Amino acid sequence: MASLIAGGIDCDVHPAVPHLTSLLPYLNDYWRDQVTTRGMVDLISQSYPQNSPITARPDWRPESGKPGESLADMQRHVLDAFKLECAICNPLYGVQMVFSEDMQAAFCRALNDWLAKEWLDRDVRLRGSIVIPTQSIEKAVAEIERCAPDKRFVQVLMLVMGDTPLGKRALWPIYEAAERLELPVGIHAGSAYHNPPTAVGWGSYHIEDYVGQAQAFQTQLTSLIVEGVFAKYPRLKMVMLESGVSWISPYLWRLHKFWRGVRMETPWVDRAPLEIVRSNIRFSLQPFDAPPEPETLIRLFDHMQSDELVLFSTDYPHWQFDGQDALPEGLSPDLVRKIMIDNPHATYPRLK
Amino acid sequence: MNIQFRENQEAASPLTVKPAIADCDIHPARTTPTELYPYLAKRWQHHLEVYGVHAYQGMMEGPPYPKAQPNASRRDAYPPEGGPQGSSLAFMQKQLLDPNNVQLGVLNPLNTGQGIRNHELSAALCSAINDWQIDKWTSKDKRLKASIVVGNEDGPSAAAEIRERAGDKNFVQVLLLSRNVEPLGQRRYWPIYQAAEEAGLPVGVHAFGFGGNPITPSGWPSYYIEEMVGHSQCQQSALASLVLEGVFERFPKLKMVMIEAGFGWAPSLCWRLDKAWQRLRSEVPHVKRPPSEYIREQVWWTTQPMEDPERREDLFDVIKWIGWDKLLFATDYPHWDYDEPSRVLPAGVSEANREAFYLGNAKKLYGITA
Repeated sequence: MASLIAGGIDCDVHPAVPHLTSLLPYLNDYWRDQVTTRGMVDLISQSYPQNSPITARPDWRPESGKPGESLADMQRHVLDAFKLECAICNPLYGVQMVFSEDMQAAFCRALNDWLAKEWLDRDVRLRGSIVIPTQSIEKAVAEIERCAPDKRFVQVLMLVMGDTPLGKRALWPIYEAAERLELPVGIHAGSAYHNPPTAVGWGSYHIEDYVGQAQAFQTQLTSLIVEGVFAKYPRLKMVMLESGVSWISPYLWRLHKFWRGVRMETPWVDRAPLEIVRSNIRFSLQPFDAPPEPETLIRLFDHMQSDELVLFSTDYPHWQFDGQDALPEGLSPDLVRKIMIDNPHATYPRLK
Repeated sequence: MNIQFRENQEAASPLTVKPAIADCDIHPARTTPTELYPYLAKRWQHHLEVYGVHAYQGMMEGPPYPKAQPNASRRDAYPPEGGPQGSSLAFMQKQLLDPNNVQLGVLNPLNTGQGIRNHELSAALCSAINDWQIDKWTSKDKRLKASIVVGNEDGPSAAAEIRERAGDKNFVQVLLLSRNVEPLGQRRYWPIYQAAEEAGLPVGVHAFGFGGNPITPSGWPSYYIEEMVGHSQCQQSALASLVLEGVFERFPKLKMVMIEAGFGWAPSLCWRLDKAWQRLRSEVPHVKRPPSEYIREQVWWTTQPMEDPERREDLFDVIKWIGWDKLLFATDYPHWDYDEPSRVLPAGVSEANREAFYLGNAKKLYGITA
């Protein structure tokens, strides 16, 4: 494997909320009462069943409780082990599945406060993402503005599968706020399950949902680009998290070809999709979905024609690699430095 | 916007005969809406007049995302005698088959009876289209071969249609579309695969179709371009479903062709499937081998719309990862995103690979010996 270097930025780690009741101290009286009176259960998404092999590496799985719920474990497994300068916490607690905008807003607010108090306050290397209640754009923007003064929050977090494609104009106030507050928008694998998890319907298996994340990212990139998000918000950065990376170039070849063919339909797209991706979109490294041969990896990175697209991630505690092998074989030392340090710093202004 | 096109363009007569090719995706059209009536029972003619066709989408006529061109077709492909593009055999011969020396042309009729909510009507329309393909096309030009279209949502009736046509040399494959009510690996579609395997016919899965599901897993997008690009994501999900439900394991002689959905995504999908299978195989014990092995052995790809990297030679990496023996050249005539045979491959291809790409792979797959 390529050699890790100290001082890297891990752009995708997942602290786990132990249970919905862990959020009770961060809810107001009304919502505390709702949760208890109605007997609400834990919000665990089908995207990551707790005991699924992909949800936690065997040696990162705790004897009890959820993988990723212990700060001490995260420190030992990644922050110390990979000699990180910092790690960005992307909570995957299933608040996006809630349909009520009021309930979702209350849970997001509690989740963000929980993250600040129980994680960011306890290790200076940790940074946070602002989870937003997208059932209401107004409430989502308000939550971004509420959290943004705390500079330890470095991005806004959304799921790749929600109610509508991400480029839709109704969502744009979120992007306006993110650009204004120097917050990249992270788009993470996972679904609110408000639509079937593939574009051809509901599959039978967890593995199908997981494989399908890559196709969801592809359709979202199309939406973001052709709706004109980056023509309107040229300084906005978006980071595709746990998206896979080996599909990027062939996907862009196809989008670029069709854009040339039918660009009269979306004339506000003022730059080629390839250029937009190179300037505004980034991708986290894990899961690295290519075969282990260095020669294939070298071709894949060459196809991207950019060494700035990929940001280091361990995807802790998800099981994407073993031991310290977070970097695939074949990366040059220069590229390792770009991926682990330079690219994350260039993407997240608040890391400075 | 300026649109320039040449009326009824006929390719210039070639000075020398071009190397023979197979065109594995040609779309024949009806000249008039009632052209199928001779093949339909009175009951269904009446039904069409009174109620029309109710697909798994809301428009009574035309697609929900307006195409970029009328009928999504070339403006120079209107036959001189009238009718929509692709509706005249004589003009197809003159514009496509003769000048390009097409030795094998595979017909993939769209707008058939697929994706229709009334499954009985679906079956009747598909059967009519199959008769029509013989009468109007394959019986009149031996270079053309038909695809058996089937009422996709009703497995047993679809299988009956396949068995009815099995052994008829006018047909070289069974045709499905990528978008259905459920992902294509689901059990409801297995009778189709079983009948196709028994008949020794590949199953082509063409992009498009209606199944009621939004064309992204995050809801309906706004634009035609999103539908066009999105077909490759639909195809990926459909193929993942076929592998993970165990269709290839259960039907080891089944061959499938991915049509008009690109192929550049195939290596990445295979790697991703294999990696996920390594972790999660206990959930799918019926998938006994790495997914990429089934795909390598049982899946082919048509080329149009050809992948078009900025640096064209990057294409060779992708083709090498898929296999030069798995690609089938196609033009998509008469659609607007037609691929011109002489321009799709960058320079630097060996003669053997070129021949396989343009002709040999298709003849072998479709069992054409002439």
